[in-house]
Amino acid sequence: MALLEVNKLSISFGGLRAVGDFCITIDKGELYGLIGPNGAGKTTVFNLLTGVYKPDEGIIRLDGEDITRKNTIDINHAGIARTFQNIRLFKNMSVIDNVKVGLSERFRYSALEGILHLGNYRKVEKEMDDEAMRLLKVFDLDKERDTLAANLPYGKQRKLEIARAMATNPKLLLLDEPAAGMNPNETKELMETIALVRKEFDMTILLIEHDMKLVSGICEKLTVLNFGRVLCQGETKEVLNDPEVIKAYLGDE
Amino acid sequence: MLNKKSKDNLITYAIVIAAYALFQILALTGNLSSHMKGLLVPMTYYAVIAVALNLCVGILGELSIGHCGFMCIGAFTSAFFSKVTAGVLPTAPRFFLAFIIGIGFAALFGFLIGIPVLRLKGDYLAIVTLAFGEIIKNVINAFYIGVDKSGLHFSMKNSMELGMEPDGNIIVNGAMGITGTPHDANFTVGIVVLLISLFVVQNLVNSRDGRAIMAIRDNYIAAESTGINVTGYKMMAFTISAAIAGAAGVLFSHNITTLTASSQYFGYNASIMILVYVVLGGIGNIRGSVIAACILYLLPELLRGLNAYRMLIYSIILIVMMIVNWSPKVIEWRKKTFGKVKLPGRKEAA
Repeated sequence: MALLEVNKLSISFGGLRAVGDFCITIDKGELYGLIGPNGAGKTTVFNLLTGVYKPDEGIIRLDGEDITRKNTIDINHAGIARTFQNIRLFKNMSVIDNVKVGLSERFRYSALEGILHLGNYRKVEKEMDDEAMRLLKVFDLDKERDTLAANLPYGKQRKLEIARAMATNPKLLLLDEPAAGMNPNETKELMETIALVRKEFDMTILLIEHDMKLVSGICEKLTVLNFGRVLCQGETKEVLNDPEVIKAYLGDE
Repeated sequence: MLNKKSKDNLITYAIVIAAYALFQILALTGNLSSHMKGLLVPMTYYAVIAVALNLCVGILGELSIGHCGFMCIGAFTSAFFSKVTAGVLPTAPRFFLAFIIGIGFAALFGFLIGIPVLRLKGDYLAIVTLAFGEIIKNVINAFYIGVDKSGLHFSMKNSMELGMEPDGNIIVNGAMGITGTPHDANFTVGIVVLLISLFVVQNLVNSRDGRAIMAIRDNYIAAESTGINVTGYKMMAFTISAAIAGAAGVLFSHNITTLTASSQYFGYNASIMILVYVVLGGIGNIRGSVIAACILYLLPELLRGLNAYRMLIYSIILIVMMIVNWSPKVIEWRKKTFGKVKLPGRKEAA
């Protein structure tokens, strides 16, 4: 059964149709790539899926549930987590606290218990610590647990962002250009991390990427956007050999 | 980590208790002038409101320069209650209830003002909170409330408009404020209130809600997409901050004979002064706020003997403190020289 079904999604800014008639179906466990030239509307699609923008038309269904026009917070609770093109961590907080922010919807105690440090506080905090450490270990960040997020090297900041997204226990993970600004070695490590996330958490992933090596290396299916419209959709190999796609990327003769 | 954080908190409590013990010993052995004794309670309420403002500015990351307005509300509502019930209730329960009322009203106003204000960001939020602080002060200055046999009378014109029986008692007399609030506050109560506010804020910071609040400060877009209810947590932090400012107001009004909503105590100058305590103590550093508030409150008072040079010395000390606390070069030098000796830690400005 399809985990994410998007039908005829459109949005215009002023007179510009940023995304038009965007359709996509992602099955459970798939690793799906969204590619396209600069300004094609990829991040806009992410912002539509996560409720940052409200679509003019179209329907978004996650696991059968209609999440169109819900706000960002509710969409996260429904099961979509994301990372950002330009890393957005909680910079003045420690690595473990970044992850614990992600955990705070699942591990609850009342504000009063939090202020008094009584009741469930100790028990739940302990559970949060354990769960956060389990996640950090997966991402090989457990040694940096008390480091301020701002002081992590770039590659680890990317990893922490994914770890934080995973902490919200999503059904679908959206990665916005995870390899942006990375050198080939870091990109390779990132590919391993993404593969690991899939294996470890059985996660469905939709990612935006420019790095063709990464895309062709890990994505099973691709959707190509150009000028806000779907240019081509299907198995990675077929899509990358499509003459229209090559034209959009390399231009006409 | 939890241990280190708890240890840090305990050090803060220990510093406050040590300072309390020191002043008490000085007072008992007769080494404290009566002028100095009079400064102790104000010192505690300024420390309390500095803690409150640091929750808003340092932890939530929203610049408020109207916090004296919340202090003003706490002061007036509690003083009103205490004066009305002065002959009816014994001191201890009356003062306790005065705290509940002062804190409750300040929190209520914090909540109500927070609804429009927290939609704004940065400079705009600062300007609007400043305006609200001034509005609160000016509205209170126009209040006339009296009580007689037939009950409460209320006017916003003048005391004659109250139309009271001859035996009536004017409680709030417009710009002349409330006179004769029972003198219930003392240094010990002040220290207890300070410890409680420290307890609340420091525990909050180390809880699920506190982390959410700091996440909003660091990056509200990421906080939203992590499922954090941004508006709710902002309101929560702002309301708690206002409530603590209200507690400072209760101490204030029960330490003076005549309570007026004057600019000197509740105007924007006073709010800026508290912001100075917070900034120099280190934004987001609760312990630093307490220390800075105590030093910077006592200093100009202790320098009174130097008369004309008093404010000059005060401003030089402000500049020196700012350089020592914030200049990257000095911080580097300090780290080299003092090695592992940990001065009150500070966070990078976001």
